[in-house]
Amino acid sequence: MHCLWCDADMIPELSWKTIFWLSRPTYLCPPCAEQLTILKGKRCGKCSRESDEEVCPDCRWWAADAAWDDPLVRNYAVFSYNDAMKEMIAKWKYRGDYCLGKVFEGAYQTAFKQAFSFLSREAVAVPIPLSDERMHERGFNQAKMLADFLPLKTWDILTRNHSEKQSKKTRRQRVTAANPFQLTRTVKHPVILADDIYTTGSTLRHAAFVLKEHGCPAVYALTLIRG
Amino acid sequence: MDDYELSRRYAGKLLLRHEILIDEPRFEHLLNAHYFTSETAIQTKWSHHECRRCGNQKPSLFGQIPCHHCGETHVYCRKCIEMGRVMACSLLYEWTSPDQPWPSHPNACTWEGELTTAQQKASDLIVRKIQGREKEILTWAVCGAGKTEILYPGISEALKLGMRVCIATPRADVVRELLPRLREAFSGVYIQGLYGGSLEKDGTAQLMIATTHQLLRFKQAFDVMIIDEVDAFPYTHDTSLPFAAARAKKETSTTIYLTATPRQEQQMRMARKKLPHVFIPRRFHGHPMPVPVFHMCYSLKKDLQKSQPPKAFFKWFHHRKTPGRQLLIFVPTINLAGNLTQKLAAILSNSTTMAVHASDHDREEKVQQFREKRFQILVTTTILERGVTFPSVDVAILDAGHTVFDEAALVQIAGRAGRSPSDPTGEVVFFHDGKTEAMREAVRSITRMNKRGGFH
Repeated sequence: MHCLWCDADMIPELSWKTIFWLSRPTYLCPPCAEQLTILKGKRCGKCSRESDEEVCPDCRWWAADAAWDDPLVRNYAVFSYNDAMKEMIAKWKYRGDYCLGKVFEGAYQTAFKQAFSFLSREAVAVPIPLSDERMHERGFNQAKMLADFLPLKTWDILTRNHSEKQSKKTRRQRVTAANPFQLTRTVKHPVILADDIYTTGSTLRHAAFVLKEHGCPAVYALTLIRG
Repeated sequence: MDDYELSRRYAGKLLLRHEILIDEPRFEHLLNAHYFTSETAIQTKWSHHECRRCGNQKPSLFGQIPCHHCGETHVYCRKCIEMGRVMACSLLYEWTSPDQPWPSHPNACTWEGELTTAQQKASDLIVRKIQGREKEILTWAVCGAGKTEILYPGISEALKLGMRVCIATPRADVVRELLPRLREAFSGVYIQGLYGGSLEKDGTAQLMIATTHQLLRFKQAFDVMIIDEVDAFPYTHDTSLPFAAARAKKETSTTIYLTATPRQEQQMRMARKKLPHVFIPRRFHGHPMPVPVFHMCYSLKKDLQKSQPPKAFFKWFHHRKTPGRQLLIFVPTINLAGNLTQKLAAILSNSTTMAVHASDHDREEKVQQFREKRFQILVTTTILERGVTFPSVDVAILDAGHTVFDEAALVQIAGRAGRSPSDPTGEVVFFHDGKTEAMREAVRSITRMNKRGGFH
């Protein structure tokens, strides 16, 4: 095995344990794995931001917006958004290094077990889609890849209008933008939205809103990072 | 765009479809008329893949991706992915209609400096090789011999003959440093500098400076290929770069290697007279290279584990012959550079200390500030080992026995000292916990070069 990030040769440790139990494959060498930090400690119960308060000011602001009931029950994030993570995400998503996504598989599954074990097996994973243009450009949807890691059925039932990249917009533009999502079929089960990053939460809320509108009982989200 | 402009833009390139900015019907037409020819980007034989853009053949650097366009799972190259993903279904396009000739610049060189006799001799030889369209020549010049200036007459001659010239170097830092110097020396010629993140990207100039990565987009483009610091770290270890350099030059072309520390293989070829070369043993200011001094530190590994500089270092530091000089400290790893800087800053509080390494975003800025003498001590990894000039520094290596410091690296590092005519000497100290063959060889090779330069 070679490290998917630095291509260093990894020599698997040989012990009785590894002989008798198949261990989870490791895709990163220890120094590279060390650079990613899994979020631990106190966080906002709603959006996963590191915070001492139960609910962070951002989420209070969402809740106070009387125009809608917040459609998202909660978001759980796995990693913090440090420089190493930024580089990996850029290579995976923007450069299109598809395999690199495997690096996140283990941690994403563990986080699912930790945060969403209460969900029934009926629940479905719904990836945040890319617009057709963006899909054509990148060749794959990183959120779909994440959704497929989960031990749930993946329903790719959302579609998206083309607009400028979220990452190029300001906070105000994101929050006030029109809802770009449509639903291709309805779901009567709880839904976990899968996406790579929660920044302002507007994308996930737009998607959650469309799902709720068509009768979905509850919408959660599991993102790789809390930006 | 007419044929002339198309040729200017696309001749000598090897590009993916989305890098060619021509609309589909027009492109279709050009393809049918054989203006462009295509080849599959990844060749597969049995289960062995080869990327035709970067020459990658390493299995771990190929990945599988479900292709959105064909609905199949394809192989893609992970090695050159920074330049846009190349997949098994991608095609690489090459301009195959006759090239338009490049203009001739009769007196391109506007540089008015003078070459030393040794420089003149080398540069005359380079000019002759270019005129005779001979295959290759190696210029072996000690660090600080003024390699760039030696090239000016050669480049000038090539431009006079209407040739296309490329200076390839493994490091973006070097491109950034060379570009303004060349623009000044050839003020009437349009020059482009290509590196990841450069503003100009199209590579349409007659005279170019490029990192070897950027060369991956060229094929049979240059009449004169100047390869700077061929022995530099990524160049010898990364097979895609010699691959790119070899492909980017035309079939009849002149390759000029510039180096201060030729590798074993080149030394052998020189000894067998298979590789023509010219040796410049003197620095341009006429002083010898400083010879490194060894300092043994018994608890070096222990100290460095605690990110603590060894005692011997402080002893030396406080008794330097010229305390006014800035100090450049080389360390083997990025982590150590960061931690050691904090410790040093705390202990030597009256001199300011900074660290730079490859993944440092403010690298250029810090190097520039150090050059302007805004701070005293710079701790660095091997990234500043070559191609960068500071006027007046002492140099120390902590753990010179580490494997990242091979002979070439050590010679290069020693060559950072004594670069300016106003301060032509400098101390070079290797702190180690056991001499390695590389260290011994480095000193031997420096004394040998000094001897050949007439110093005893």
